[in-house]
Amino acid sequence: MDELLEILQNLHPDVDFENETELIEGGILDSFDIVTLISEISETFDVTISAEYIVPENFNSAQALYELIQKLEEE
Amino acid sequence: MLFTSYGFIAFVAVLTLLYYLGPANFQWILLLVGSYIFYLIAGPEYIPYLLAVTLIVYFAARIIDRKLSDQDAYLKEHKKELTKEAKKEYKAAQKKKRMVFQIIAVVLCVAILALVKYANFFLANINAVLSASGQAKQLSFLTIAMPLGISFYTLQALSYLFDVSRGTIKAEKNVFKFALFVSFFPQLVQGPISRFKDLSKTLYEPHPFNRQAVAFGLQRILWGFFKKLVIADRIAPAVQTIFADVSTYSGGYAFFGMLFYTIQLYADFTGGIDITIGIAQMLGIEVAENFNLPYFSTSLKEYWRRWHITMCSWFRDYIFYPLSSSKGMQKFSKFTRNHLGQKVGRRLPVNISSFVVWFVTGMWHGASWNFIVWGLANFVILMVSEEFEPLYEKFHNRFGFAGKLPYRIFQILRTFVLICALNMFDVCKTIGETVKAFLSIFTSANWGEIGKGGLLGLGIGVSDYIVLIIGILIVFAVSLYKNKNGDIREGITGLAKPGKYAIWIVLIIVVIIFGTYGIGYDSSQFIYNQF
Amino acid sequence: MDHSYERTKKNKNKRQKRRKSVVLPVIIALVILFGVLFLLQRLLMPKYVDDVVEGNFVAEYYREKDKNFDVIFIGDCEVYENFSPVVLWQEHGINSYIRGSAEQYIWQSYYLLEDALRYHIPEAVVFNIQSLQFNESQSEAYNRMSIEGMRWSPSKLGAISASMTEEEHAIEYYFPILRYHSRWNELTKTDFEYMFKTKKVSHNGYFMRIDCRPAEDVPPGRPLADYTFGDKAMFYLDKIRTLCEENGIKLLFIKAPSLYPEWYPEYEEQVEAYAAKYNVPYINFLEIQDQTGVDYTTDTYDGGLHMNLSGAEKLSHYIGPVLMNMGVTDRSGDPKLQKIWEENIADYENEIHEQEAKYGITYVSPLENLQ
Repeated sequence: MDELLEILQNLHPDVDFENETELIEGGILDSFDIVTLISEISETFDVTISAEYIVPENFNSAQALYELIQKLEEE
Repeated sequence: MLFTSYGFIAFVAVLTLLYYLGPANFQWILLLVGSYIFYLIAGPEYIPYLLAVTLIVYFAARIIDRKLSDQDAYLKEHKKELTKEAKKEYKAAQKKKRMVFQIIAVVLCVAILALVKYANFFLANINAVLSASGQAKQLSFLTIAMPLGISFYTLQALSYLFDVSRGTIKAEKNVFKFALFVSFFPQLVQGPISRFKDLSKTLYEPHPFNRQAVAFGLQRILWGFFKKLVIADRIAPAVQTIFADVSTYSGGYAFFGMLFYTIQLYADFTGGIDITIGIAQMLGIEVAENFNLPYFSTSLKEYWRRWHITMCSWFRDYIFYPLSSSKGMQKFSKFTRNHLGQKVGRRLPVNISSFVVWFVTGMWHGASWNFIVWGLANFVILMVSEEFEPLYEKFHNRFGFAGKLPYRIFQILRTFVLICALNMFDVCKTIGETVKAFLSIFTSANWGEIGKGGLLGLGIGVSDYIVLIIGILIVFAVSLYKNKNGDIREGITGLAKPGKYAIWIVLIIVVIIFGTYGIGYDSSQFIYNQF
Repeated sequence: MDHSYERTKKNKNKRQKRRKSVVLPVIIALVILFGVLFLLQRLLMPKYVDDVVEGNFVAEYYREKDKNFDVIFIGDCEVYENFSPVVLWQEHGINSYIRGSAEQYIWQSYYLLEDALRYHIPEAVVFNIQSLQFNESQSEAYNRMSIEGMRWSPSKLGAISASMTEEEHAIEYYFPILRYHSRWNELTKTDFEYMFKTKKVSHNGYFMRIDCRPAEDVPPGRPLADYTFGDKAMFYLDKIRTLCEENGIKLLFIKAPSLYPEWYPEYEEQVEAYAAKYNVPYINFLEIQDQTGVDYTTDTYDGGLHMNLSGAEKLSHYIGPVLMNMGVTDRSGDPKLQKIWEENIADYENEIHEQEAKYGITYVSPLENLQ
């Protein structure tokens, strides 16, 4: 989780990722950020987030994103 | 059948009556029949294309869906004996099998679209190459009329296929219900491009008569008519005059032409979508919004989140994300980072995906180099502003303009001018004319002529300008209200009855009197029909 | 049990009340909306009182309190500028009316006749066959002037559907505001003044001009590819004929003595053949100049297209005995009609004086020299 938060903070230093739950709907993360995120996550966690998982529910909060990563690691 | 024709109004009126007078369980069937009648009136020769896309996607999605269920059942049954690796292997093999059907369906649908929309464009380019290489042989063009709305319903059908394939939605078993999803008449001609997940929520269920929904729907339709008839069609002759002859109408005329076209495009397209959403709402059906005050955007990037939303999100979800998150692109990303450094390496895959998306978006808008260059111009501006963002931030930190109202207004105006300029590609016929018209704004010294009433010689007179200015101010005021308080219909509903009714009575009369329609006026097609 | 019954009853009442409170305002709003639209429609429709008065002729017919006309003329400008009902009354006691309008197409003539028959069956109908050359309406503006003045009736609906050009829509006839909405920027004082009233512009359908512009060089007609009258035109000619037969009306075909547009010999042959086949009397005034006494140096106000008053009085003088021979009744003894015609004649003479002042000439009726 800390690693993920670090990645996110690097992307937008001014956002409180621990508590923010509307990253997509609030317009904080745009499509370019998401693609950058996916590359970083792929590097750090060795999981590939394919397009079918790129839905607002999975990216709206750091917690949701972390759960997605864990789920993909399981498989 | 134009949205603003008497025939269409009568069609919708009769359909709505039958819809609420008939049994509620048959409402969706009535819509299917109505949609096909609508398409039949548009041109019987178009029906095969619609049927082909519907059936190809329907069967492909059914097969893929079946295979997905089989896979789940197999995994569940053999849960214990399968190792993690074996599971992974099985899944990959299954996915490959499914992909075969998906690819066949996509290729077929895209081939149909390519044949009717792009074949002649390719032939023209081949001919250009042939004559450039000194050969006398020229290929002859195909004589296929482009079926109404095919660009829109192909994308809509494909989004359903992809979603089924991703497992986001289950395939629709009833072929007639699926046929309605593809052909739903209000959005058949110019979108919005709906997702099955959203539209199916309200499309098939019975809708008892709801006064509020019908009233709101009618109001939205009326507002669409206002934008389309009072503004778009009234300004259209001036735009036509200017861009039919950019040599004569250069400089100041080109500037105003650019501005007028941007107004026309907005009023025409958003007005048309208002009519679409209004009709759906009247029938109790919720269609996705396609616009969110696009001209209030402070950057081009924001504009593309607020203009033609359903098209942009289609290209984002089904081209940009799959491409940029694909294994190949991830590998490429690693490679570039190792060889070109973190900063550049990180951006390169995003920009490549973005390039592809804008190229395709340009192509989708029209089969001409003009649109391709238009798409790429968007790409370049977006990329540049993205790459220079750190620079902006430094600037803002230093001077502290950011977030203040005057600066926001400056940003909005800047973005608007940028959009006007980009629209030149859309309204001019060729790249040469676009460049010529655009450059003449800075080089041609005919602004004095404009000051002496040159704008009155464009096919619209003083009274037209007065109506236009008032109409645009009304749209602007309503937009401001929406920006601050939300839907103005809610606000009006809250008023006392006399005031509430007075507003709608006045709006109806304004549309009837100041609308541009009827004899002596050649009603122009909705601009977005052609795409 | 009782309670719940009471409750449902109460709810029902409440619901009814609520429904009432919704329905009534909606009805009021609709009444206001259509009321305002109606007023705007009256305001925006062309009034045809200062210029293009021809647009008023069709409606003016309904202003006649007594529509018991024995002779009805139907046709285009070749009837309403060429015959004077006043002369027919003065000389023979013929009570006649001209249902003419500018470039009236033959289907419009048919429906205007059908419309007139709803009020009274005349003894004779005079039809100017000039319009046979058109198989489709040529101009939306002329359609409007011929149809719009008609009162609502099946005849009007028929006229609309028979006349519409491709660019027209029937709904724009039902709600003319849809046609004239863009006139808001050309409204004049007249539009307000004549919203609910109108001005008499004809004399029983006759449009008077006393000035004169002699016919000079009349351009020869251009040869046509095909001179055959169209099937739609012939269909309505048959309809006019059978309508008259069914109602025991004597029918008379005429061709007015207009030098232009060209009346081709091929046209003439077809009309003569038709008239002979169905035994309809036919007078071509182009061929009997010596009998009518029409003089193109004095009897036309626009170089030979239309007759001025002098020409119209000569033609009326000629056609009067023809109509009498066909069996039209002399009503000169009818005291009621005498009164009406007294007024008509006064109006007629008034207008002559007005035009004398306007054009600075003195009108001398040719009738005094004819016997």
